[in-house]
Amino acid sequence: MEVKIKSMKHEDFKDNEYIDKLVEELNASGTNVMVGKLDQLINWGLSNSLWPLTFGTSCCAIEFMSLGAARYDMARFGFEVARNSPRQADYIMVQGTIVHRMVPALLRLYDQLAEPKYVIACGGCAVSGGPFKNSYCVLPGVDKVLPVDVYIPGCPPRPEAFFYGLMQLQRKIKVQKFFGGVNRKERIEEFFAKHPEERGQLG
Amino acid sequence: MFDFGIWTKWFNDLLVGCMPEWLAILIECVVIAVLVLLTYTVLALFYILYERKLCAWFQCRLGPMRVGKWGLLQVFADMFKILVKELISLKGTDRFLFKLAPYLVITSSVVMLACLPWGRGLQIINYNIGIFFILAVSSVGVLGILLAGWSSNNKYTLIGAMRSGAQMISYEISLGLALITIVVFAGTMNISELVYEQEKAWFLFRGHIPAIIAFLIYIVAATAETNRGPFDLPEAEHELIAGYHTEYSGIHFGFFYLAEYLNLFIVSGIASLMFLGGWMPLHIPGWDGFNAVMNWIPSIVWFLGKAFFISFVIIWFKWTFPRVRIDQMLAFEWKYLMPLSLANLLLMAVFVALGWHF
Amino acid sequence: MSDIKAKISQICPSVTFEEGDCLLVNVPEQDWHSLATALKNDRELNYDLLTAVVGMDWKESLGVIYYLTSTARNWDLLAVKVAVTDRKNPMIHSVSDLWKVALFQEREAFDFYGIKFINHPDMRRFFLRNDWVGYPLRKDYDADPKLNPVRMEDEKHEDDTVSFVEDENGKIKKIPGKVFTEDDYVVNFGPQHPSTHGVMRFRAAVDGEIIKKVDVVSGYIHRGIEKLCEGLTYPQILHFTDRMDYMSAHQNRHCLCMCIEKALGLEVPQRAVVIRTMMDELMRISSHLLAFGCTAMDLGATTAFFYGFREREMVLDIFEKTCGARMSMNYNVIGGVIADIHTDFVKDVKELIRIMPERMKEYHKVFTGNVIAMNRLKGVGILTKENAINYAVTGPSGRGSDWSCDCRKKHPYAAYPMVQFEEVLEKGCDSYARYMVRMREIEESVRILEQLVDRIPEGPIRAQVPKIIKLPAGRWYQQVEASRGTFGVYIESDGQKNPYRVHFQSPCFNLVGVMDICCQGNMIADLITIGAALDFVIPDIDR
Repeated sequence: MEVKIKSMKHEDFKDNEYIDKLVEELNASGTNVMVGKLDQLINWGLSNSLWPLTFGTSCCAIEFMSLGAARYDMARFGFEVARNSPRQADYIMVQGTIVHRMVPALLRLYDQLAEPKYVIACGGCAVSGGPFKNSYCVLPGVDKVLPVDVYIPGCPPRPEAFFYGLMQLQRKIKVQKFFGGVNRKERIEEFFAKHPEERGQLG
Repeated sequence: MFDFGIWTKWFNDLLVGCMPEWLAILIECVVIAVLVLLTYTVLALFYILYERKLCAWFQCRLGPMRVGKWGLLQVFADMFKILVKELISLKGTDRFLFKLAPYLVITSSVVMLACLPWGRGLQIINYNIGIFFILAVSSVGVLGILLAGWSSNNKYTLIGAMRSGAQMISYEISLGLALITIVVFAGTMNISELVYEQEKAWFLFRGHIPAIIAFLIYIVAATAETNRGPFDLPEAEHELIAGYHTEYSGIHFGFFYLAEYLNLFIVSGIASLMFLGGWMPLHIPGWDGFNAVMNWIPSIVWFLGKAFFISFVIIWFKWTFPRVRIDQMLAFEWKYLMPLSLANLLLMAVFVALGWHF
Repeated sequence: MSDIKAKISQICPSVTFEEGDCLLVNVPEQDWHSLATALKNDRELNYDLLTAVVGMDWKESLGVIYYLTSTARNWDLLAVKVAVTDRKNPMIHSVSDLWKVALFQEREAFDFYGIKFINHPDMRRFFLRNDWVGYPLRKDYDADPKLNPVRMEDEKHEDDTVSFVEDENGKIKKIPGKVFTEDDYVVNFGPQHPSTHGVMRFRAAVDGEIIKKVDVVSGYIHRGIEKLCEGLTYPQILHFTDRMDYMSAHQNRHCLCMCIEKALGLEVPQRAVVIRTMMDELMRISSHLLAFGCTAMDLGATTAFFYGFREREMVLDIFEKTCGARMSMNYNVIGGVIADIHTDFVKDVKELIRIMPERMKEYHKVFTGNVIAMNRLKGVGILTKENAINYAVTGPSGRGSDWSCDCRKKHPYAAYPMVQFEEVLEKGCDSYARYMVRMREIEESVRILEQLVDRIPEGPIRAQVPKIIKLPAGRWYQQVEASRGTFGVYIESDGQKNPYRVHFQSPCFNLVGVMDICCQGNMIADLITIGAALDFVIPDIDR
């Protein structure tokens, strides 16, 4: 099984190793045909209907607005139904620096998202702290507090980069299993249970 | 013109011929229920795509393109997604009312849908007080919205629900008065009779001045009734996050979402029924050749075509106009729209009494 | 200058003077409030505008430098330095009763330096969490992450505030207080809210739909840029300005470069000056187009937003061709600009000039002329001229209150003396006036571009600058007109290759200060309108 994205060839993606490995692992254990087909249908729905939570802290949010505007038009992919209520959104796209005061709000927003939920770290600040890494109150990357699915580097990333990142998220969704235990999305408690050292880092 | 009554009669005869009557009626009820729900879903999905494509067109964009040919499958993807989303149960909410609210909203719009005449012989409920019944049922939806806002235990939802309550109760008056104007003209509330009354010419043309005024009032009030822009205050995205359904996730949110679009269809359907002849083709007295050609087009196409056109106008409002403020909205209704519709009702009564109509 | 000196020494004999970039008055703390009252109220001095409040740590003492402007006289700057040696419990008299803009500005100084302002009604932290340990901009700040770990829980006691009140005997008492009373129905907007234009947080006490009071909670994107600057060299700090008000990236960077050039005594080649001016005006167009789009979108007219963005993309294309980026252009450098303009630059700008008048008509047709939009904007969020000056609301928002405060006219810089343009003023004092100022400023910017596009002189784009840039000891203050108001940069140097203190006086900081007085008595929906018409950018406030 190959993960297909419309109009993007497999070799056009830069990092295919991890996704090929995931697919291989999944197929090694084998799946029930019925469940497999149902999974594919659900994943098709999930991956093509990614509704973002409007969450922008700085410059990247303006580029995200450009993404919605006429030239880049993310509506083509069905991403345009930006929900302001986290209950109704599918992924949180962290656009901009996260500072100490914002962390509790960000965590709360993540908790308020309905499963299945995804996180995209967008822009240098969200990926690693960016130019403000050394500051006294900047979180050096949202992956310190949230499980990040896709990183989109740039300062701010170009709209094309946003699309590439969103397609990467679609690919990840297409290999997940809604039924069955393999490669299901972990809840944050499960993640911490498996990686207790990560919790320690958060102080 | 093809009468769908032939099919339904054939189906009825078939069932009655091989089973007791009560069983036949039961089976018919089930079949109708399934058909209504199916129509409901398909129509709502169509409307979501319709609005997304239309607004893209207004905004010099393309709209959904990539899922299926011209994005036709986009809404199905959304549906599958919404079906598998988590239903979050919240601390501090009124559990029972919280879960009841979306069902109230969707039930009221399903019942209203069932009342509409779809074509010649294609109607489910035919009361002699049909229009009155539709208006009554539509008020149940308001209750659902109020409950949703109250039970979520959230300040945004509460403000949204209160706005919604104030708005819907106010505009229902104008809406009702506009419809009563036509009822006065037609002399009946029965839906199928209303349609047959318009065989000669549509009410909009027969009743000329008062009917046109009533039509305009109806369109404005209907826009407000469906919570659509410029009257989308209850869910004013930029003020109240998502208004009364802020705390709903998954399919419960989906119900509100579907009902919102379906209500748009229903108000358009009622407009076409009351003013534009329902499924009745465009007939011009005296032009027999023209009327015969018009009769060639199936009745269901006429009905849907008119409804979609009125929806197009309402969607056009939404994407063009800014949102009004709560005080402006209420002032508009109570100071201008309602007196106008009362005066219009009087005007219509005078016209009918003196026979100044076609 | 000398008569001002004489006048001030007459009022307060204990002052000393320092010459420099502008006249600096050293005043002892106990005389500060009386001098301030005289400076504000004296007919001849009449310093009615508090331009900047810069908290300082001189190691042996802590203090504040106030920059004052007399708008009635000639817009000259006057600096006043107030210092106290008590590092444990530094206290300075607040001037928030004289200049209302100090209400927030002094809270910032308290947050950064722990300087307590006597008689200030609300001494809460402004940017940092209320459980933050230490004052980060002090030179002896302990940056140990163990003291201030990433806290996962919400802040407690958000409603608590404190003030230090001086009684008749000169004794200072600490009086705790509450922001809202028990009976207030407080609705929280933000930090994640679609209409706060970023991560601003407003807590509004409402009575039904009517707003009684708005409490601004800031700092959700406070990145500590001023502290970061102290550890970097001058060329390295330039890029922060692009990331503060990202909609005035060129102007902000221009300001910082001008401040450093002023300190170095560097002459910028004429070609670079003209290019900088053009870039500033292009940036202003792009910013105002975004403001137009966002105002329309916040009011619910989504389609107008797309029209605004359509033209904004053209400006971004011009930037991209010359600077290599759509946003965060990093174009100005010390002594000039980093790269020469693209060969298409003149052609593209001319195309923009050609289409803009026609498109402006379209905007007015789609949005401005709409009766609902008029009703939503007119009479909403009244800000009188006196309040605009008192709260130092500059830029389009100040000019919407009929206050002539354009820095391009008051302190002409770059190529602005070369061109003809009108300072746009509106008399409405409401949201509609602010909105209209923006729309008309687009036309003026197009006019400036029109005059400059064929007059870009030949020559070098950068002056010769030393490899290692060291500023002489001293302090400099430079202002430019950014898209949202007067942007100021304060640099204090001790002769090293990195600055001793950098302060950015951002216009949006003052804009958010008037949210409370503008919103009172209006409705919840008007909070959004007022915010949209003031058009603040949060990372500019928080820095």
